[in-house]
Amino acid sequence: MLCQHCKTKQANTHFKQIINGEMTEMDLCSECAAKLGVNNAFGSFLDIGSVMSGFLGMPNISALAREEKCPVCGSTFSQITKSGRVGCAACYETFYDRLLPSIKRIHGNTVHTGKKLRTARLQSGSTEAEEKPQNESKTEKKTELEQLTEKLSEAIKAQEFEQAAQLRDRINEIKANKGAANNG
Amino acid sequence: MDNKKWYEKNGAQGDTVISTRIRLARNLADHPFPGRCSNEMRKQIADKVKDAVLNSNSVISARFSCINMDNISTEEKVSLAERHLVSPEFISEKGDRELLLLDDESVSIMINEEDHIRLQVMCEGFDLDKAYEQASRIDTLLDERLKFAFSDTLGYLTQCPTNLGTGMRASVMLHLPALHAAKAMRKISENLSKLGITVRGAYGEGSEPTADLYQLSNQITLGISEKTAIENLKNITKQLIEQEMKARENMAKQIDVQDKIYRAEGILKSARLIDGSEALTQLSRVRFGVTTGLIKDVSLDTINRLIVEIQPATLMQNTGKQLTAQERDAVRATLIRNNMKV
Repeated sequence: MLCQHCKTKQANTHFKQIINGEMTEMDLCSECAAKLGVNNAFGSFLDIGSVMSGFLGMPNISALAREEKCPVCGSTFSQITKSGRVGCAACYETFYDRLLPSIKRIHGNTVHTGKKLRTARLQSGSTEAEEKPQNESKTEKKTELEQLTEKLSEAIKAQEFEQAAQLRDRINEIKANKGAANNG
Repeated sequence: MDNKKWYEKNGAQGDTVISTRIRLARNLADHPFPGRCSNEMRKQIADKVKDAVLNSNSVISARFSCINMDNISTEEKVSLAERHLVSPEFISEKGDRELLLLDDESVSIMINEEDHIRLQVMCEGFDLDKAYEQASRIDTLLDERLKFAFSDTLGYLTQCPTNLGTGMRASVMLHLPALHAAKAMRKISENLSKLGITVRGAYGEGSEPTADLYQLSNQITLGISEKTAIENLKNITKQLIEQEMKARENMAKQIDVQDKIYRAEGILKSARLIDGSEALTQLSRVRFGVTTGLIKDVSLDTINRLIVEIQPATLMQNTGKQLTAQERDAVRATLIRNNMKV
């Protein structure tokens, strides 16, 4: 089979990616695979995304990505993919769905099974073991923040950007208040 | 004798395993990862971590000292990397990077490296369990005083997704002269990568193997427990040791190999000028000779120590002054000659 990217060389790398539950597959030659960062653990999977979307007539995911900012650190998804560095712990929640394919590609797994935080260890067995940062101190503000962050991820998932923007503003407001309280 | 550092000693399975390392990546929950931190935040992070380490209620606290990387000379920095106490990456950039170092240099805590905290435990020889126990103990101690970024699904959250989960990189530094000479390492690396093990040169990512030293480490950190990752690395290391020793036994009978080993001994015992790269090559051969019984009057402790002490920055630091390349070659040759005497 010929490489689907350069269409000249023999393909020898099979590449599979799941974006929002939709699996796409490509056959590439080793040069194109290297160029596109397929062999690279985290690499430039956004480039793959744009290449693939070009192929499959999908909307370019990088265009959507530019819209979102992490409510905590302000990173966008494309900044993360370009630098290969995630901005902060909250980015993992905000961009969870979009980070998941590369996390899966790097580790072959998506769920942690090792040592837990002391607080998580103490809590283990408790029913509400959602994927939350370990903030065990459940002040009212914190709970509201968590709920809002959850809603925000859902809104982003559903691509309801207007609602997402409102949620993000509210989250920023709470964060700002909290920051002021901590500093003062 | 007792206050020898781990890199000056030969440990379990020391014929092939020079040292063992466990590294844990941790981040504080209420700060962005270092890449997105202002200088002010980095200072705050450093202060929090230092406070947690130096004022814990464990006796170990008193044994740590703190080094601000902006306040030490380039030689001192490079020497820390040469001794594997910090990563090469850690000394490559400025910016509120601080190091907490245990008195025997077996534990180092890098602050504001790629993650807020890189906790590293080193020991001589092959002892992953001991190193992990120590790392985990200190991690638990820090966990009592710091709020780590953690998610039940993704585990410890790290700046680079390759470290998600346990945040643990377990590695062993192997001396593999026979497998290297047999040109087997490329194939072995490829095979091991399929088993979730990465093979690198002695100085980690992107480094070329020098002195036939190779570093094996676990690739995957998410969805695999620390214990399983360590067991996996342990089993593969044992197999590699077996292969290496078998290859050594055969090679040591060959006259051309013996010739190289004895010539190496001759050079190290008589050279007046020797550069770092040649010294490493010859030390590797002599080490091979010692482990196969061809050379009897040099100890592996001495060779391990020399491999570290002949590095340029460490050499200058121990001499206490700046040296030109030729002066270094002369000091290096003298150092080796003095240590190779019976």
